Amino acid sequence: MGERPDPPLDFPDYKSTQLRAPRRPFVRLASFDDAAGPVFGRDRVGEHDNDLTVGGALGERIIVSGRITGRDGRPVRDTLVEIWQANAAGRYAHSADNHDAPLDPNFSGAGRCLTDGDGRYRFVTIKPGAYPWQNHQNAWRPAHIHFSLFGTSFRERLVTQMYFPGDPLQRFDPILNSVTQAAARDALVASFDLDATVPEWALAYRWDIVL
Amino acid sequence: MRTPSQTIGPFFRGKLLEQPIVFEDGDARIEGRVFDGEGVPVDDALVEIWQPEVNGFGRCATGPDGAFHFRTQQTPHANVVVFARGLLRHLVTRMYFSQDEVPSELTDRRDTLLARREGDVWRFDVHLQDPKETAFLDV
Repeated sequence: MGERPDPPLDFPDYKSTQLRAPRRPFVRLASFDDAAGPVFGRDRVGEHDNDLTVGGALGERIIVSGRITGRDGRPVRDTLVEIWQANAAGRYAHSADNHDAPLDPNFSGAGRCLTDGDGRYRFVTIKPGAYPWQNHQNAWRPAHIHFSLFGTSFRERLVTQMYFPGDPLQRFDPILNSVTQAAARDALVASFDLDATVPEWALAYRWDIVL
Repeated sequence: MRTPSQTIGPFFRGKLLEQPIVFEDGDARIEGRVFDGEGVPVDDALVEIWQPEVNGFGRCATGPDGAFHFRTQQTPHANVVVFARGLLRHLVTRMYFSQDEVPSELTDRRDTLLARREGDVWRFDVHLQDPKETAFLDV
């Protein structure tokens, strides 16, 4: 596996790129060294920070878990995984979100954990709702969870979004469709994971990440 | 298949850990602002600096005036990473504290990577787009 199949920066269907995407060519520095990545936040991860439902969040409780590997398939151990998301009604607990949907006082929408020795992470959360976002007429973001990952070197740093299987909004979403390769878009969609469900308690999704 | 990037979006503030003080005893105060192609401050960016020589990592969300700040140790350069709504993948650049350290490959854009000394502060602004566009790096 070589280059990451990232979207282009200039993608007119996503309006916010218009004044923010750089226009000039990137510069390659001979001196750039892809040294070991930053170690960040280990001491700031609490035991229950991977459970976003603590306190009784409203919505469909779900488990989201997966494995983080490098390009060579090796597990990425002890790395910080941060997530944030809208609540079940499609509203973020954020001052800039003015969508007319209820806030849930028991749901901050933020979680974090460290991967284990096999590169695995696991969150308990609620299924986020879709929400409108004014990018174009009748624009709605498909349900998604934001992820931030560090990996083991500078080039592995990744901020991305996980989507849910079978969501009909995905084909209309310019952010997901900014990824031009179909297989790479598929890599952003989690799978339903019957084995990870907890009977009488929560459904589960699996999403593996390759840095 | 490597997992592709997606934008950080506008709603990460308060959700991601922040760390604008990299070293308590750091004597370098860095202040900067992020601007879009029309010179408007970008008030929903996340700026990270990483100084591999000292394993220093900092992270700061920009405020209403597009401003970010760090307190850290001075090293020959700091890697600077910018995330924002409207950036489908993050941008990488570098901040240098001395003109002599800025690599020659940057030719006429060397000044965009040079922090300027203003009193006790190192000032480093990031312009995402022309006409003052910061030189971003292909890593």
